[in-house]
Amino acid sequence: MSTKKHTGQIATIDGNEAAAYVAHKINEVCAIYPITPSSPMGELADEWSTRGRKNIWGAKPLVIEMQSEGGASGAVHGSLQRGALTTTFTASQGLMLMLPNMFKIAGELTSTVFHVAARQVSTHALTIFAEHSDVMTARTTGFGLMPSGSIQEVMDNALIAQAASLEARVPFVHFFDGFRSSHEIQKIEVIPDEVMAAMIDDDLVKAHRERAMDPDNPVLRGTAQNPDHYFQARETVNPYYLATPGIVQKYMDKFAELTGRQYHLFDYVGHPEAERVITLMGSGSEAVHETVEYLADKGEKVGLLKVRLYRPFSAEHFNEALPKTVKSIAALDRTKEPGAAGEPLYQDTVTAVAESVMAGNGWSGAMPNVIGGRYGLSSKEFTPAMIKGVFDEMKKEQPKNHFTVGIHDDVTETNLDWDEEFSTESEKVHRGLFYGLGSDGTVSANKNSIKIIGEETDNYVQGYFVYDSKKAGAQTVSHLRFSPEPVRSTYLIKQANFVGCHQWTFLDQYDILKSAQPGATFLVNSQFGPDEVWDELPKKVQEQIIEKNLDFYVIDAYKIAKDIGLGTRINTIMQTCFFALSDILPQDEAIQKIKDFIKKTYGKKGEKIVEMNFNAVDQAIENMHKVEVPAEVTSDRGMPATVAEEAPDFVKNVEAKIMANKGDEIPVSAFPAGGTFPTGTAKWEKRNIALEIPVLDPDVCIQCNKCSIVCPHATIRPKVFPESALENAPETFKAMKVRGRGFPDDYMYALQVAPEDCTGCGLCVEVCPAKNKEQTGRKAINMEPQPPIREQEAENWEFFLTLPEYDRRELKTQTVKESQYLEPLFEFSGACAGCGETPYVKLASQMFGDRMIVANATGCSSIFGGNLPTTPWTKNKKGRGPTWSNSLFEDNAEFGFGFRIAIDKQREFATELVEKLKNDIGTELADAILNADQSDEAGIADQRERVAELKEKLDSMEETVDVRNLRETADTLVKKSVWIMGGDGWAYDIGYGGLDHVLASGRDVNVLVLDTEVYSNTGGQMSKATPRGAVTKFAAAGKPSAKKDLGKMAMSYENVYVARIAIGAKDAQTVKALLEAESYDGPSLIIAYSPCIEHGYDLAKGSEQQELAVDSGYWPLYRFDPRLKEQGKNLLQLDSKAPKIPLKDYAYRETRYKILKKVDPERAEMLMEQAQEDVNKQWESYERMAADFNGEAK
Amino acid sequence: MDLTTTYLGMDLKNPIVPSASPLSEKIDNIKKMEDHGAAAVVLYSLFEEEIEHEEMELHYHTTRGSDIYPEALSYYPEHEEYLTGPDLYLEHIRKAKEAVDIPIIGSLNGITKGGWLKYAKEMEEAGADALELNIYFLATDPEKNAREIEDNYIEILEEVKRNIEIPVAVKLSPFFSSIAEMAHRLDMGGADGLVLFNRFYQPDIDLDRLEVVPNVLLSTPMDMRLPLRWIGILHDQVKSDLAATSGIHNAEDALKMIMAGANVTQMASALLKYGISRIKSVLVDMEHWMEINEYESIRQMHGSMSHKAVGNPGDFERANYIKMLQSYTMEGIV
Repeated sequence: MSTKKHTGQIATIDGNEAAAYVAHKINEVCAIYPITPSSPMGELADEWSTRGRKNIWGAKPLVIEMQSEGGASGAVHGSLQRGALTTTFTASQGLMLMLPNMFKIAGELTSTVFHVAARQVSTHALTIFAEHSDVMTARTTGFGLMPSGSIQEVMDNALIAQAASLEARVPFVHFFDGFRSSHEIQKIEVIPDEVMAAMIDDDLVKAHRERAMDPDNPVLRGTAQNPDHYFQARETVNPYYLATPGIVQKYMDKFAELTGRQYHLFDYVGHPEAERVITLMGSGSEAVHETVEYLADKGEKVGLLKVRLYRPFSAEHFNEALPKTVKSIAALDRTKEPGAAGEPLYQDTVTAVAESVMAGNGWSGAMPNVIGGRYGLSSKEFTPAMIKGVFDEMKKEQPKNHFTVGIHDDVTETNLDWDEEFSTESEKVHRGLFYGLGSDGTVSANKNSIKIIGEETDNYVQGYFVYDSKKAGAQTVSHLRFSPEPVRSTYLIKQANFVGCHQWTFLDQYDILKSAQPGATFLVNSQFGPDEVWDELPKKVQEQIIEKNLDFYVIDAYKIAKDIGLGTRINTIMQTCFFALSDILPQDEAIQKIKDFIKKTYGKKGEKIVEMNFNAVDQAIENMHKVEVPAEVTSDRGMPATVAEEAPDFVKNVEAKIMANKGDEIPVSAFPAGGTFPTGTAKWEKRNIALEIPVLDPDVCIQCNKCSIVCPHATIRPKVFPESALENAPETFKAMKVRGRGFPDDYMYALQVAPEDCTGCGLCVEVCPAKNKEQTGRKAINMEPQPPIREQEAENWEFFLTLPEYDRRELKTQTVKESQYLEPLFEFSGACAGCGETPYVKLASQMFGDRMIVANATGCSSIFGGNLPTTPWTKNKKGRGPTWSNSLFEDNAEFGFGFRIAIDKQREFATELVEKLKNDIGTELADAILNADQSDEAGIADQRERVAELKEKLDSMEETVDVRNLRETADTLVKKSVWIMGGDGWAYDIGYGGLDHVLASGRDVNVLVLDTEVYSNTGGQMSKATPRGAVTKFAAAGKPSAKKDLGKMAMSYENVYVARIAIGAKDAQTVKALLEAESYDGPSLIIAYSPCIEHGYDLAKGSEQQELAVDSGYWPLYRFDPRLKEQGKNLLQLDSKAPKIPLKDYAYRETRYKILKKVDPERAEMLMEQAQEDVNKQWESYERMAADFNGEAK
Repeated sequence: MDLTTTYLGMDLKNPIVPSASPLSEKIDNIKKMEDHGAAAVVLYSLFEEEIEHEEMELHYHTTRGSDIYPEALSYYPEHEEYLTGPDLYLEHIRKAKEAVDIPIIGSLNGITKGGWLKYAKEMEEAGADALELNIYFLATDPEKNAREIEDNYIEILEEVKRNIEIPVAVKLSPFFSSIAEMAHRLDMGGADGLVLFNRFYQPDIDLDRLEVVPNVLLSTPMDMRLPLRWIGILHDQVKSDLAATSGIHNAEDALKMIMAGANVTQMASALLKYGISRIKSVLVDMEHWMEINEYESIRQMHGSMSHKAVGNPGDFERANYIKMLQSYTMEGIV
């Protein structure tokens, strides 16, 4: 055992911070690009540099955001070539985009470490969770691969990898599991600077710098070579790779001397005479470690071989590390390589063992049997029970090979069985489970609790958080462990001794007490007091409390929070209750620590917040009550069905289980192979997240439908229908005579809210222009509490859906009012309440949904559009609706372009066949089909009828190849509307090259850019759409440059329809622009102003804010229509007036701008002046173009 | 010509002091005020509610959406410190003090006895030469009696006086049943000066939008009558200095106020309307008037037409009101 020389400070941090901490200390340049789950590493590095934190050489590292990971890796490559110590952080697709540069960097023997939060690479679906499919894809690049399993290892290996890379000249990917490690919080020892300085050899740094490209000592790299010599030149690197394992071990040993923490290339844990050994890498090895110790203690001859250096793979060290008694090895991979002889580690294990045997360096007995299996894909749970299942399998004479563990594979029967009851959890470990809503602050409180316990007690701590994919009304589950011994339980808590339910409604939705162990403490936040709460509980909860003999406590945290002024933030209250009940610290001390943390967390933002939270702590103690648990169950309330009985089977059997947190139970056979899912499923997920919903006052309503057009979730809808349809209307259903011309006299109007789908954002009420004349504070719609009217309005909503849709052909869809009588085919998404993107998406679905094919860039819109369990894209009663897919982030324009060219080709083929078969089809029908005008709804409907007739004709004709081919392609003769959607991160940055190419192609595609001016989905990082002066991640000091003018760039092609729109400012212009763009037979680009929570204001005021954006000239509205050239008109038409308010009157209503005044007022003033100048220049330029642009660019 | 006066224990070169307004948000404007002859500057007000609102807003929006969705656990970069609370204001005082030689008077606006009062101390530490306490309380609660509200004014003043050394003026509203008694109580409570009067925010109605809208109207010369009367009445009844504000647009207005008993005259609307250079023209006109009318100093005229000093004190009182009304009616009939 080495003598420990340096003691680091204790910190309670997650894996991302651990890696970034070291990377920032020992590098000079970080070139990055945000991608989940690695984004926080870049963000932290940027924040630290912004604050002036120095590396170990006393310099402040330069952190630079690029336009893509491809760009980041290029910048890293260049920076390394210039001799700067350079790093990057990435994951998943990001690593894929870096691969070309990684081959180069490794081929050039360049020292660097890429820190990767390992995540799945998108296949049939995207997932943001842990897998090794990304890092395993990098195996061929020549980078070394170094996995970490715990948060301490993440920090330690980040340093060891860098030290070794400098000497070995082999670059490394240092990886750890996404979320499980990147986001898991543990108490660790921080590596002191002197240890880093001792590990990083200055001579090697000097040598690295001396290899820099330098005109004073010029060299040539990146040559092109030919068959006669490339091969030989490629083999020159061999000695470096051969030496690398030894070098890594050398630095592991040196690190041990400095810190006392000893690692080996392969670390063995377990029985010294183990017969069954599991080998794996990453966080799973922690759970196996825990299980092996437990089983070995009971005398089982089991062991674990942790892989710490996976590439270069040292078979020699691998074999040496295995006990010679081993009879069976299971190599577990957190990745899937379909079609391979086995997953990567399995193949390496077989090779290592077999080569050893072949070389005669063998084993005491026969060659061990090696089996391989997959586990933990997309962070699938990997528990001691499953691990024991693997060990049990290894006992068999013919163990299953190429198995899976953790799922039920009833298709190819790959899975091993496991005993759910098996647990290795120690009684010494305190395990707390907390169920909260994202918005109630449960997670942030628990993060503070972990820090308090980690930093103020001798306990080891672990915090892991499970989030929802919904952005509004989302559930969070916090898993907290505290223990006097190190915590290696890299799996969710199954036996909790504390369960906190922070939302009363969860008791009816989820089996909250399933994981409560007998005798556990149960705390619930409830509006019911200690004397009445028992009778309000569902039956199952009562049964569980009695059966498990739980200590039951209640507090009305919402009331306290509201009284104090904290709104719905009950975090401090619930946190205090937890400390009061858990006995981890004496109560007085705990309260003091909580208050200290409150001061630390909130103090810099003002005393009022601190004061309110202090008050919350005091009130919590006073208002928490123990509930006397009766001996008998008194409730007969069962848990309601997750979805309605009439839901389709797939929704009931698969999606409803996912909704109920039972997704792990679904077998393989339940899923469609290939990732194709039905649309129209969001309507079955009744989330009931709105506290208040809009309620119509028919006497005031003017039927303008403005509420409907701005609704982000399609939950308030108007309909016009014959009075006779009201025959079976529920008593409370509201309908009135339809106003306006064009509708039959006996037609009625209804405006109905979907009460269980509404998010309560209030946008509709804000935009409602109709005020009650007797009481001007009230409008035609007013927000009212949802629970008392939920049932009644749900019935009304169901009735509303049965009312007939008005004939699309008869509607004047170019008007805001009548566009809203079109059925939305995008509804009830998981977007944020008040989302600024979804109104545009919904409007497009109303206008073109029945013929729409959508390519959606990865980002917010692909998540709210396509994240299971249920999805918002839906279909009409005829079964038509948008068909939607997400390819990647970077390729969306090209992906949608692919739709277009396929359709064009298929239609061309169909057209040729119609011509060819004209005589058989009938000339009249054939000509009608070929010459159809499909520029409006009526034209499309007529063509659909013709094509249906054509198909009938074809069925009656003799079957030939042409007939068959025409039948299969005939539907392409009906117009298909190709839409390419995505955010500004895609359109302005990562996907711009492709977008530019697609726009230049002249093909008929409609590009909708949902411009939130930041990377919203990954947490608000700067994009080139970000305006000057706004504070975002990577622009903490306010973006110093102006927003890129994407529209103007597109206009330069002259054959692209371009519109800049803001639905809240001028809805009529938005409607017009969408119609014009879609009707234009060429590329169209629509740039849509999209309010986002990142802008930092109440999104209910989104429309008002859009008006200000337009009035200030910041967001000029225009349409640029190449068709006008023929008419001799200006192509550019400005739809808004010259700026009439200063930019600051718009900007300083938003926190993203205002925050800079709180951080650096002088810079804020300077940037605001420059931003005003940007606005002035922009307007002058557009005005000039609108005046002069007469078909010719000036 | 001697234009000097004293106010809150400070010797001022003349009686023209720009009152709290957005103009003083810019240091350049404060410099201009000095250049054009202002004797002191009352800075824009630091509002109790604004401090709290800004803190809460910053906290809410920078944490909103945090720890909800796994890909975006936060939306803003974390800064090491934020200039919340009075930080920016205090910094502004420091900068103003560096930029000009004339006294800088801080202005604190609030209604409770809460923690905001400590900002008075911080203003003093930042270098403010004096403090103007603007207690703006709109009594809308029918359960709250007048004495309670008046006591609150006094308690706030006393609390501030206990904690700071620099002089304190209280800017008060004219809406007390007994202004004289209230002034007296504030005087006894330690007010070094009284500023007459505060101009309340008075909302308007937008008939097109059917909304109550903020509508700040600049004062007109007509508005000076109210403070003119009360300065005249209070001049001999309180020890506190008196500052006149509201409706002072030209030299004549200022002279009237001084004669009624004002130590200084504060201007805001006129500066917003005509520009900061208005100070200079008022001073020039003032000197010109004094020359023509053979006044040697401001002190000479100070209070010369106060309630007591005028031959007929009733001119400031109700009797004069009846007389005025009668004359108006008669004029109307004629």
